[in-house]
Amino acid sequence: MIWSTIRLALRELGRNAMRSSLTILGIVIGVGAVISMVTLGGGATSQITGEISSLGSNLIIVRPGTQPQHGGIQVQAAPFDRADVEAIVREVPNTEAVAPMTSAPTVAVFGNANWSTTVNGTLSAYLAARDWPLARGRAFTEGEEQAGAMVCLLGATVQDELFGRQDPLGASIRLGSAACRVVGVLEARGESTFGMDQDDFILAPLRAVQRRLVGDDDVDLMFVSAQSEAATAQVQGDLERLLRQRRRIGAGQEDDFTVQDMAEIATIVESTTGVLTTFLGAIAAISLLVGGIGIMNIMLVSVTERTREIGIRLALGAQGHEVLLQFLLESTLLSLVGGLVGIALGLGLAAVAAPWLGVPFVLDPTIIVIAFLFSGAVGILFGYVPARRAARLDPIDALRYE
Amino acid sequence: MSPPIADRTERPRAEGEGAAPPALVAFRGITKIYGTGMAEVRALDGVDLTIGAGEFVAIMGPSGSGKSTCLNMIGCLDTSTSGSYRFAGVEVGTLSRNQRALLRRHYLGFVFQGYNLLKRTSALENVEMPLVYRRVPGRERRRRAHEALAAVGLQGREHHTPAELSGGQQQRVAVARAIVTAPALLLADEPTGNLDSTTSREIMDLLTELNVERGITIAMVTHEEEMATYARRIVRFLDGRIVVDRERPADRVPGGGGGLAV
Ligand SMILES: Nc1ncnc2c1ncn2[C@@H]1O[C@H](COP(=O)(O)OP(=O)(O)OP(=O)(O)O)[C@@H](O)[C@H]1O
Ligand SMILES: [Mg+2]
Repeated sequence: MIWSTIRLALRELGRNAMRSSLTILGIVIGVGAVISMVTLGGGATSQITGEISSLGSNLIIVRPGTQPQHGGIQVQAAPFDRADVEAIVREVPNTEAVAPMTSAPTVAVFGNANWSTTVNGTLSAYLAARDWPLARGRAFTEGEEQAGAMVCLLGATVQDELFGRQDPLGASIRLGSAACRVVGVLEARGESTFGMDQDDFILAPLRAVQRRLVGDDDVDLMFVSAQSEAATAQVQGDLERLLRQRRRIGAGQEDDFTVQDMAEIATIVESTTGVLTTFLGAIAAISLLVGGIGIMNIMLVSVTERTREIGIRLALGAQGHEVLLQFLLESTLLSLVGGLVGIALGLGLAAVAAPWLGVPFVLDPTIIVIAFLFSGAVGILFGYVPARRAARLDPIDALRYE
Repeated sequence: MSPPIADRTERPRAEGEGAAPPALVAFRGITKIYGTGMAEVRALDGVDLTIGAGEFVAIMGPSGSGKSTCLNMIGCLDTSTSGSYRFAGVEVGTLSRNQRALLRRHYLGFVFQGYNLLKRTSALENVEMPLVYRRVPGRERRRRAHEALAAVGLQGREHHTPAELSGGQQQRVAVARAIVTAPALLLADEPTGNLDSTTSREIMDLLTELNVERGITIAMVTHEEEMATYARRIVRFLDGRIVVDRERPADRVPGGGGGLAV
């Protein structure tokens, strides 16, 4: 019975192929838009969160000033200094590495090659904090750090640009007016989601950069890594307390610095995608509503057109609920087909757009199942009123209908 | 035809079960009023009518006398304003809309005046339809539909749609659809209304054969005296009342001996 009813519904829809396809257009477009957006958005999110976690989940970033998150003004504040770094190393337990950083733009020159990049003054601890292994060579020694020796580690891009296939180890490059000996090369990390080259920088001892390139004792940024993920909260709390004390911030006053762990940054990214998801959900709801009304309209027309058929069926012994089922099946199949076409269209669109936008194509089965179920629900919901009208027809009136 | 409506789910209980089989159709004072006040029309006015199993009744009368109303009432398509209607002992007035649908499904066959076949649907599928509602499996359904179409002389036309068939052929499909379920009672409202006299006689021969050879009870509305001569009993209506109800002598039944058409 159910099978022959489905066949009947399919044939009825096939007879009005043009009308059926126009009817489901609303649902196709709505579902297609949402599927493609969610797929692309999901790809971007997975890429960003992947990058954040590749920074190291135990990593904490400390910077002066506060970052406005949801509007507001960015507060400028005094930078840190070497004493802050030493105090952290001394007083905050369960840290694995504490790496200060100060940056300066520079032009690196080797022979005829020159390359405009950034030099980051830091300590060997930076490599541990950011979990960044060396491809070749060695890190700075404690002596070089103390003395502010002009030695440096090259990011993979800088090495390529200056040396190509030549061996950079032991070579002397010029950073502005200072000469600097290359002692190691970092492993390549490639591009970030935002298209930034993560390997385009040079590392040198903090003291050397401060003295020879920046000309002050400021520390712009500190990377602190906790010994374990479980310890990050405690380390974060201790950092805040220590820095408030050192920067003489009274009780009740706001921090003039920011301590952020990767989980927080991930949360910010996720809350942004959360807003996006809500927005897409609203678009989906509206387009499904419009699509549903279209289906209801066509089903009402169909019931009127087929009044005689309904009369015949009722007279030959169909019960009300059997007629109801027949029309409900038609509207549900209609919207399910719309949903399926929309899903295929959306995925196709996302697959084409993903490489073009530089995000991975991540297929999310949940959203596909949800889209499918929702389009089916629309058919049932909006098909019910027309189907009930058909089921309640009086057989004699329906048979007489012209 | 004593057992009443049988269905897996609903089975209205018959009174007097086990006693002498009740008449198939028993009207007692059936009245049907359309409209109210000044516009009131008594389509049926206290009709008493009994039809036993195996009968072939012709219902006649002038236009507007209540013939179709009466037939629809017998077919449980319509409900009376007052009076009692027992179908095989079951009081139809107490049945729900769905129970009446089941009664039609299992006991009745209809031949409508305007054929009322499904458009753009093959003869075979039109004939299969009542079997679908009886939950007859596909293979069996097709076999019986082929048989019914063969019985009305439409072999080879199974896959034609109504638009590809002549009026007479369409009416034969309608008859095939009515008899495919082997109904206890076949109701026909002017089955020859739109047909020429030759085709009309063919349809009437077919009905007579079904009545005589398969024992199907037939109630048929017609306004043509010639068609009424095929029936064994004639009921005449006037203004919603039965004015004549008489048996025809058996020897004058045309086609009764087989192919002895008038
Ligand atoms: N749905 C309805 N609403 C109002 N009046 C109706 C309705 N159906 C039938 N009638 C009236 O009931 C009376 C009997 O109608 P019915 O259709 O039974 O006549 P009939 O004998 O079949 O006539 P005909 O030979 O023309 O088909 C008529 O006067 C008709 O106007
Ligand atoms: Mg009539």
